[in-house]
Amino acid sequence: MAKKKVAKKAARKATKKVAKKAARKVVAIKSAKKKATKKKVAKKATKKKVAKKATKKKVAKKVAKKKVAKKVAKKKVAKKATKKKVAKKVAKKATKKKVAKKVTKNATTKKAAKKATKKVAKKATKKAPVKKAKKTVVKNINTDAILFDSILELIRSTSAEIPDDIQKVVLEALAREEKNTTAEYAMGIIKANIELAKRKSQPLCQDTGTILFYVSHPAGFNQTKFTKIVHKAVVKATEVGYLRQNSVDSLTGKNETMNIGPGHPDMHFHEHSKNTVEVKLMLKGGGCENVGAQYSLPNTALEAGRDLDGVRKVILDAIVKAQGKGCGPGVLGVTIGGDRGAGYVFSKEQLLRKLDDTNTVPELAALEKDIVETANKLGIGPMGFGGKTTLLGCKVGALNRLPASFFVSVSYMCWAYRRQGVALDKSNKIKKWLY
Amino acid sequence: MKRIDYPFNKEQIRELRVGDMVLISGKMYTGRDAVHKRLHDGTKPPVDFNNQIIYHCGPVVIQDKKTGKYEVKAAGPTTSIREEPYQWEVMRDHGILGVIGKGGMGPKTLQGCKDYGCVYFHAIGGAAQVLAEKIESVDNVFWTDLGSPEAIWELTVKDFPVVVTMDSHGGSLHAEVEKSSSDKLKEFL
Repeated sequence: MAKKKVAKKAARKATKKVAKKAARKVVAIKSAKKKATKKKVAKKATKKKVAKKATKKKVAKKVAKKKVAKKVAKKKVAKKATKKKVAKKVAKKATKKKVAKKVTKNATTKKAAKKATKKVAKKATKKAPVKKAKKTVVKNINTDAILFDSILELIRSTSAEIPDDIQKVVLEALAREEKNTTAEYAMGIIKANIELAKRKSQPLCQDTGTILFYVSHPAGFNQTKFTKIVHKAVVKATEVGYLRQNSVDSLTGKNETMNIGPGHPDMHFHEHSKNTVEVKLMLKGGGCENVGAQYSLPNTALEAGRDLDGVRKVILDAIVKAQGKGCGPGVLGVTIGGDRGAGYVFSKEQLLRKLDDTNTVPELAALEKDIVETANKLGIGPMGFGGKTTLLGCKVGALNRLPASFFVSVSYMCWAYRRQGVALDKSNKIKKWLY
Repeated sequence: MKRIDYPFNKEQIRELRVGDMVLISGKMYTGRDAVHKRLHDGTKPPVDFNNQIIYHCGPVVIQDKKTGKYEVKAAGPTTSIREEPYQWEVMRDHGILGVIGKGGMGPKTLQGCKDYGCVYFHAIGGAAQVLAEKIESVDNVFWTDLGSPEAIWELTVKDFPVVVTMDSHGGSLHAEVEKSSSDKLKEFL
């Protein structure tokens, strides 16, 4: 709804809100005691001053009858209320009791949230939602709606803004390339693209990728409900163009859903001992996903045995095979061990690590460093044009394996390394950005 | 920096060499996996591709609900190698003189470039915003039944930045880099 509309119909909206409140309370009571008679409901409702008037005029009764969706209820109730001129009275009373204030605040929040969904919202990004958090701590806060807004903002930010740790190495790579080469030209365009996407709040890359959510939550967390809200946010993000329509039915070839379907988005839940919910998001494009590789050691052709030297050989082989096709310079996430499935999943989780961290396992830290240095001597360069930077980073993790298996799984992430994360507060507002 | 402007012709194309940085201005058509497959299967194209450029791209396009106008939100290249089985055929049968994509293509396409006077322009993968900025207008759309990313979008661009990585004389930067990097790898293993 347009902002103007909201402003014009402020009075009516206030009426609606109050009526909605009355409705909500009555509905709540009704659901608690389904068999309660209408009179009983009315009695309980009278406890609430706002609902009192409403019940007198039989509005609340009608509302209680309808266990429909909030929005539908809201409109219908409001209409009926208006007809009987009840709501007006209610609104007046409500204003006295500072209910209207709350309503206004809610309206402001909604406005702000909508603003954030628009591309204009560049600056309403990271700090703005946190500020609002303080203002809107009121009772009956709709944490689902806030979660929707938070996830939508997470998607927008992930799609349009490259994290600082990645941008830093991209700029270093640009500085390293020789002047007036195609490699420097490519890195220059990449730099310009990073700046432009952020400024316009539009996707860095048109392939907005596989949508991978990694959710860490405390015990007792409702994954089903969370997933439903994430789906809504993904659909909205697709409608406004933060995401491309990117989910193809593998049998029919149709790409009609708004990124919702079997396996899409890809949800990973993980229980942790903290009280907070942390949501990380990765958008991984198809070009780089296609150059991922899995090796089973020993590999005769590469003379790669079941040791770290063998692991090194196959990783370097994967880099040469990828050439520029994965939109290099890229970053590798690697798993040593695991079964085939776990190997790939864990290799992507390596990409959640900050680029400037150091592996806690000294052997793996040494391997990571060696892979990057060696890769950058291969001369594949940005986009495979030839040049000094082939790889921006490499992150390796290890899982146990069966005696019979030794897999090395390599995930390639393009330079358009889209991953971001948020910690949510109790009302589901964004409390902190993780990258 | 070289330039080529619409209408394009074969002479301009024959002058281009591997490593040339080029700015393209004029018309181009997007076409990726499904379009190439359909052309390969013998379906008549909805537009005349003669002397045109095909861009391997699945853009993010938003349609204004009121005016019906299209706006390209992001439009970087997609990986071209997937069209390797079909591309030479499209060069032969439809007379295209340029392909824009990323990651390069293989020997069949390289031969096609030589035989039919065509070049492969490499756009910067992932640079969807810089490239979308160069699109001045969306003039038409065909084969929308393939879905938005796979449809044929007719675009007018200005100063669209690319690098020639495969020319019409048998030169391929991709073949060169692949060979040199494979040789170097042997040293490091």
